[in-house]
Amino acid sequence: MVESKHSWKAWIYLSPAILLLLVFTVWPIINTVRMSLLEGYSSMGAAGGISYSFGIGNFKQVLEYKDFLKCLGNTMLLCVLTVPISTLLALLIAVCLNAIKPLQRLLQTIFFLPYVTNSIAIGMVFAAMFNMVGSAFGGENEIIITAGIINNVIEFFGGTRVNWINVGSSYIANIVVMVIYIVWNALPFKILILLGGLQSINKQYYDAAKVDGTRRIRVFGRITVPLLSPMLAYVVITGFIGGFKEYSSIVGIFGDDMGPTGDPGRLNTVVGFIYDALGNHQGRASAAALILFGIIFVVTLINLYVSKKKTHY
Amino acid sequence: MSVSELTMQERDMRKVTVKQRVVKIAVQVLLYLFLITMAVIVIFPFYWMLISSVKSLAEYQRAVPTLFPKEILLSNYVEAFKQANLGRLFLNTLYVGVVSTLLSLVITVLSAFAFARLEFKGKNALFAALLATMMIPGELFTITNYVTVYSLKWMNTFTVLIVPFLVSVFYIYLLRQNFMQIPNELYLAAKVDGTSDIKYLWKVMIPLSLPTLISITILKMMGAWNSYVWPRLVANDEAHRLITNGLRNAFTESTGDVNIPVQMAAVAIVSFPLFLVFIFLRKYIMKGVSRSGIKG
Repeated sequence: MVESKHSWKAWIYLSPAILLLLVFTVWPIINTVRMSLLEGYSSMGAAGGISYSFGIGNFKQVLEYKDFLKCLGNTMLLCVLTVPISTLLALLIAVCLNAIKPLQRLLQTIFFLPYVTNSIAIGMVFAAMFNMVGSAFGGENEIIITAGIINNVIEFFGGTRVNWINVGSSYIANIVVMVIYIVWNALPFKILILLGGLQSINKQYYDAAKVDGTRRIRVFGRITVPLLSPMLAYVVITGFIGGFKEYSSIVGIFGDDMGPTGDPGRLNTVVGFIYDALGNHQGRASAAALILFGIIFVVTLINLYVSKKKTHY
Repeated sequence: MSVSELTMQERDMRKVTVKQRVVKIAVQVLLYLFLITMAVIVIFPFYWMLISSVKSLAEYQRAVPTLFPKEILLSNYVEAFKQANLGRLFLNTLYVGVVSTLLSLVITVLSAFAFARLEFKGKNALFAALLATMMIPGELFTITNYVTVYSLKWMNTFTVLIVPFLVSVFYIYLLRQNFMQIPNELYLAAKVDGTSDIKYLWKVMIPLSLPTLISITILKMMGAWNSYVWPRLVANDEAHRLITNGLRNAFTESTGDVNIPVQMAAVAIVSFPLFLVFIFLRKYIMKGVSRSGIKG
């Protein structure tokens, strides 16, 4: 029989993948749960013969830790700001792109450009655009050599310059910079998906609306959005998942310190918290990672529940 | 109905069409205005990177910036190459990228073949289990993997940058879907002719799913180019450092007195290969992207 002969062959073909997955995927899942439940676990300590008692101390400790709450706050704030802004902007751009003919492909290419960039490298460009070069101590007599192109533009339109990311910058200014960068980074993927969705909507619906003389805004609300809702749900869900794992875009702008000079860690996120604890406090890092997983899981379920109610297929 | 009344009506109708036309044109103008403004905002950082990278420090630091450089200074690129040691970083990244792509392709092809063509006990359960692992955020694996590679004494080697990420469930899934589209009869016919599995894979399945394999190759190479977190954790020494990490390290500002034109030149050098990939291989990236939602 052909089938039975294949059976052992299949396992041979699968063996490299399975072996690697066991070591680097399955074992980590088990071990993360194990480490998170051993109070104050550290792999160095364990190698040195220390035994740890079983309990939920790590979770308690993480949740009571002021640093973690700050990281969680930053992460949630960035999520709540960037996901709606980038989704709405992407929807607007996709709808406009879909309504034009000349230049459509060129504009589409431009909007997709940020997708293939390196978020650390382009973060450094954004940092340079917001960066003030000067004596930079926030004093009265501070000498500013260049205020950065963004401030130049603001001043050109009659505004006053803002200390965006340098010493003495405000938290709000930092968050504004991060939101701009993250939205810029998130647009291409969302536009790609939404435009794809728009182009697959059957033209007959629009023709019918035209015959009925339906107003544009009503066509958008009653035809476009409902038929696009599966794609909208998809970009919102992936947006939240990505948003809760925000990390490298902040490193791109602020460096490893995760904050402006003089206030390191101000913009740290949950993922940053995990990486900080990873080297010596694996118990704490594991508990934080599981909490993150829990949050992402719950948010995704809520999103799925809401979109199931609102999505039309 | 009198004649004058009729012409009145006609004139009204014409007015409506003229009005409709004007509205239509106005809407189009607004659409283009909005899209072009957004497009300018989207590409401005790239433009700023390029023009800053060829400015002299003095010109960059002028109170009123120049939107087009007065003199084009290519020496910034030479300086950036030296200061960030980009040559070494480039070779390291290329090595890790090429080796991990090749090994990953072999593993992915073999696994996808087993899942798509062969019958064995627990196939569907195993495949479902693999897909389930895709939901777990990668950070959760990183903690244990860090401990694992540490105890394997893999720290600061190329192995640590290659081996832990060789298997991607997403790529296996992508390729399996592709393999499934190839009719089973071809395989059975090949079996009757006494063709070996490997030969069949090589002669039939691989050529037929080349676009997917190219997508995987590009995404994998881009992954090596853009990876930052894991390399910084486990291989942060001069000999094994990868390019993104090296770029960030070379210009970590402590004083705020960084030579930004040189920094921008380094960023441009790192971004350049990505632009080439974008220009020539965009359709392959988009193919993978629209199905995954994974950022490079």
